[in-house]
Amino acid sequence: MLPVTTILFYIFSAILLGSATLVVTARNPVYATLYLVLAFFNAAALFILLGAEFLGLVLILVYVGAVMVLFLFVVMMLDINLARLKEGFLGYLPLGLAIAILGVLELVVVFWTSPLGHIPAPAAIPANADNTRALGVLLYTQYLYPFEIAAVILLVAIIAAIALTLRRRSGTKTQNIGAQMAVRAKDRVHLVDLREPKS
Amino acid sequence: MSAGQPTLAAYLILGAILFSIGVVGIFLNRKNVIILLMAIELLLLAVNINLVAFSRYLGNLDGQVFVFFILTVAAAEAAIGLAILVAYFRNRHSIDVDDIDELRG
Repeated sequence: MLPVTTILFYIFSAILLGSATLVVTARNPVYATLYLVLAFFNAAALFILLGAEFLGLVLILVYVGAVMVLFLFVVMMLDINLARLKEGFLGYLPLGLAIAILGVLELVVVFWTSPLGHIPAPAAIPANADNTRALGVLLYTQYLYPFEIAAVILLVAIIAAIALTLRRRSGTKTQNIGAQMAVRAKDRVHLVDLREPKS
Repeated sequence: MSAGQPTLAAYLILGAILFSIGVVGIFLNRKNVIILLMAIELLLLAVNINLVAFSRYLGNLDGQVFVFFILTVAAAEAAIGLAILVAYFRNRHSIDVDDIDELRG
């Protein structure tokens, strides 16, 4: 009788691999994005099975909640010609499949024969283990500087994404606050003397 | 060893197969930049699964910290990649990789 975690591992792995295959073969990019969401959910389940609850939840919140929604937005916003993009879809399939199968076989041989793959499974995680706290302690002490750099990388990503997609269209009635504030009364009100000039 | 638990090799082989699926995705969808970005996400996910599995089986949390940083950088990469894609589509009305050749002399 297999333990329930092992059965769960095989179920989640099977769904993960199946949805990953559908991501790369889907005809429509919208379906590919949705299959990728499914793949991320199963990967998050595997993370939680491995005792990394924090990363599993972050994967769902950040990836499914933010990055995949961004992908969906872009896929739906761009009016792309799918027929043209699918030209020669199968042309490189034999080569790609050969390389992939070769790579998998090599790695499987390495993992099965090396002692690395047979590290005994660690003891079950105690019920009161706090993965988030342990990770937080590590992040805010030993990895403090990399953590700060990660924050800067995110800031750079925000600025770059906005700078790349911001577009100033001419001819729209946008408010120019600088010009608005710099205006003086004499620029706007023009007093004209309408009395009949004395001849 | 607790009987019947998946070994480390099982997780590593899962990561290897996922990585290969990502590589096949790059070969198949070499014209569609959006699917290429998704295939890159799959490659990074495979690496993350390996790191988390190592972290669990070696009893060392450093692997999970690395996954944390990979997630950060991957999110930044996806955001900038999609921004470049949108800017490119505005100019050329296409996301075909074959059309991206203006820098060729």
